[in-house]
Amino acid sequence: MMLWRTRTAFLGVFTALALIFSYVETLIPISLGIPGAKLGLANLVIVTALYKMRLQEVYVLSVVRVVLSGLIFGNYISILYSLAGGLLSLTVMAALKKGDRFSVTGISVAGGVFHNIGQLLIAMFIVETFSISYYIPGLLAAGTVTGLMIGILSGQMLKRLVNIQF
Amino acid sequence: MNTGIKKNDILLIFIVLAVAGLAYFLHSVIGAGGAGSVTVKVNGVIEGVYNLGEDQEIVINEGTNYLVIKNGKADMTKADCPDKLCVNQKAVSKKHESIICLPNKVIVEVNSGEKGEYDAVAN
Ligand SMILES: [Zn+2]
Repeated sequence: MMLWRTRTAFLGVFTALALIFSYVETLIPISLGIPGAKLGLANLVIVTALYKMRLQEVYVLSVVRVVLSGLIFGNYISILYSLAGGLLSLTVMAALKKGDRFSVTGISVAGGVFHNIGQLLIAMFIVETFSISYYIPGLLAAGTVTGLMIGILSGQMLKRLVNIQF
Repeated sequence: MNTGIKKNDILLIFIVLAVAGLAYFLHSVIGAGGAGSVTVKVNGVIEGVYNLGEDQEIVINEGTNYLVIKNGKADMTKADCPDKLCVNQKAVSKKHESIICLPNKVIVEVNSGEKGEYDAVAN
């Protein structure tokens, strides 16, 4: 096992990478017109980390990523929003990964879908309404498409990182 | 480790899309027929109910958001929020559709049948 200091350094590198992806995402002017639906490029780092790091480290990575990118590119509402999506998504992905019945693509699709569902739930809570449930079809479809893309990319990354375990 | 797609992955995608399709179907069935009015809420408090049949421009929350009603549809045209998600959303006209502006806590909902009585009061 690697030294604690080395592990921390890797965590830092992964966090920086996730932040860069968050930044790139703010440059891409794609709006699906649905609150909460994003490309989720940073999820590429989270999915890859899920296979390469200890679970508690991935949680740390996920939370630090959301808080930092929220402070830099967003506001406190967007932190709350992304945190709900990020944590629900990670929890579902970790649970599905345990049984080894899904490939990284399936895990990533579940992650994308639950990321959007987590954000929708928080939105319902903040604006105190259930009527935004009408976004569900769009969010599920968007989550599937982005999850598929991220899953395929993560699969390629993991193939190249096959001998490395952080 | 295995990076290839498994049968369970396909099944998962199929289920998610089936749920999405079902939700869409339910929404279009429930929302069919259109509706008469929209309710504007700020911070969970109703600010006003407006008739969709009447073309008008509505200033919401002392000017943080602007709603335009035209040809039976309500569209958020301006907002001072940082994400502009509300402005990018499509115009709404069917029952249960809504436009939300999360940063400003503004929500515009198309009223369901029972709330139709509001129209008489508002007009
Ligand atoms: Zn807005």
